[in-house]
Amino acid sequence: MSDDIRARFRVTRGEFTLDVDLALPGRGVSALFGHSGSGKTTCLRAMAGLERAPRGYFAIGSEVWQDEAKGLFVPPHQRALGMVFQEASLFAHLSVRRNMAYGQKRAAQRAGQRALPEVAELLGIAHLLERSPGQLSGGERQRVAIARALLAAPEILLMDEPLAALDWKRKLEILPYLERLHSELSIPVIYVSHSPDEVARLADHLVLLDQGQVVASGALNQVLSRIDLPSSFADDAGVVIEAHVAEHEADELTRLEFAGGKIYVSRRSEAVGTRLRCRIHARDVSLTLLPQVQSSILNCVAATVIDLAPTQTPGQMLVRLDVGGDPLLARITKRSADKLGVHPGLALRAQIKAVALLD
Amino acid sequence: MDHADLAAVWLTLKLAIVVTALLMIIGTPIAWWLARTRSRLKGVIGALVALPLVLPPTVIGFYLLVAMGPNGPVGHLTQSLGLGLLPFTFPGLVIASVFYSLPFVVQPIQNAFEAIGERPLEVAATLRASPWDAFWSVAVPLARPGFLSGAILGFAHTVGEFGIVLMIGGNIPDKTRVVSVQIYDHVEALEYGSAHWLAGGMVLFCFAVLLALYTWNPSRRQTL
Repeated sequence: MSDDIRARFRVTRGEFTLDVDLALPGRGVSALFGHSGSGKTTCLRAMAGLERAPRGYFAIGSEVWQDEAKGLFVPPHQRALGMVFQEASLFAHLSVRRNMAYGQKRAAQRAGQRALPEVAELLGIAHLLERSPGQLSGGERQRVAIARALLAAPEILLMDEPLAALDWKRKLEILPYLERLHSELSIPVIYVSHSPDEVARLADHLVLLDQGQVVASGALNQVLSRIDLPSSFADDAGVVIEAHVAEHEADELTRLEFAGGKIYVSRRSEAVGTRLRCRIHARDVSLTLLPQVQSSILNCVAATVIDLAPTQTPGQMLVRLDVGGDPLLARITKRSADKLGVHPGLALRAQIKAVALLD
Repeated sequence: MDHADLAAVWLTLKLAIVVTALLMIIGTPIAWWLARTRSRLKGVIGALVALPLVLPPTVIGFYLLVAMGPNGPVGHLTQSLGLGLLPFTFPGLVIASVFYSLPFVVQPIQNAFEAIGERPLEVAATLRASPWDAFWSVAVPLARPGFLSGAILGFAHTVGEFGIVLMIGGNIPDKTRVVSVQIYDHVEALEYGSAHWLAGGMVLFCFAVLLALYTWNPSRRQTL
């Protein structure tokens, strides 16, 4: 595709080497996920031009911002990008409004670019415009920083763990706004995070980084359902299922439906029809050959085994399943796998012990 | 206070204002460079700027006198440019004072620039501000307390100098005879009353300056 993002960076800093060669989709949210020291922030800074990677290459579609082979390096202030840092980093000497206007008045405006009041409304900060940054809460500051970045008419939005410096309550306050951006923005977002929940909730495309290397890169579930990842990722293995609210039932349960069947969860406040993402950990899925048996486990869906592989924990297996076209992972013991005779193509039922709704 | 005293006060103020203005212009880029450079020269330049803090004014005055004198390099230059010689003139006094008060201006501004850190400038860059733009729209406003301290200290220190004035400026009424020298003259002539007026005035002035510095400045700046 012509509007794809291409990034090739090799940066050596002491012991650490970042060596990535990425092709990312030109729209939606691409998450760079990894533990601290994996190089994800360095990678993002290289995209912004804040770090100059010798022999680097970075392009969005036909717009090339760095091509060292041709001696090309566009300095950060000439790149149409928006960046949100871990700390809001608002300019302390300017009001909220003037912080937001700072990039807006310097950027060449694009067609369809939103106006300041509209962006303020989108992020729920319209009532804060005349305040000074010192009078804002952490969550409000970060929303202003996001608004400020959006107003600079970016062609790409780079977010460096925008929620990491916030406590849980503030995160919950911002996430809905990020989801709104996700559905309303037409520009690609590169989102750096070390939180699996944030990634599961926001990302469309996932890049796993480990010690400066790309371990996996692909559509969210395609990466999440891989059974061959290093143990640092496999311990937390699980997939994300996109479901919608089908019905609120009488006994305080809400029925969600997805391609692979139905899932019951504790009563939700969302209206029928709302789309929800939920995360199902491999360790919360068990397998049975029998049809729905008497069990306290409500959620049981028909599944077909795609493949299986041993994990790095001895005696444990990861089984990849197909449930109505969606992938599902189950972590079971080797003994169980042998007893059930699990092999690719086997039809069985997956019991889901817990569903984490991402909100 | 007689005419000579008033002339000395006026000359002192004029000197301090001109020197402070020049120091802001010269000191700011030096402070910026010292705050941001990773060059190995940083230590050398920093030490050179700080020298007047520890050297006796007579030492600086002596070398400036030699340099600006008829056989010194600066003297050769000014003569070939048709400017004559600088010692015992007001411009000569200004140049000497700029050297002498440089650290008092550079260091507060440098500290303020260092306190801002890299981040606000990176943010400005991602918001399309060129480095020059970011300097004026972000670094300077955020370093305002440092500029204020630097200006006040530079001004007050210039008002208070004595040794270097004697070495470079001499004691020429209306040209180089500043308040501190005038007080010295009064005391030499045993005119203690006149000396009191000027000396007391200096004490009040300096106290007021420092009071202003300490009450305004405890930086209300929030680094976010």
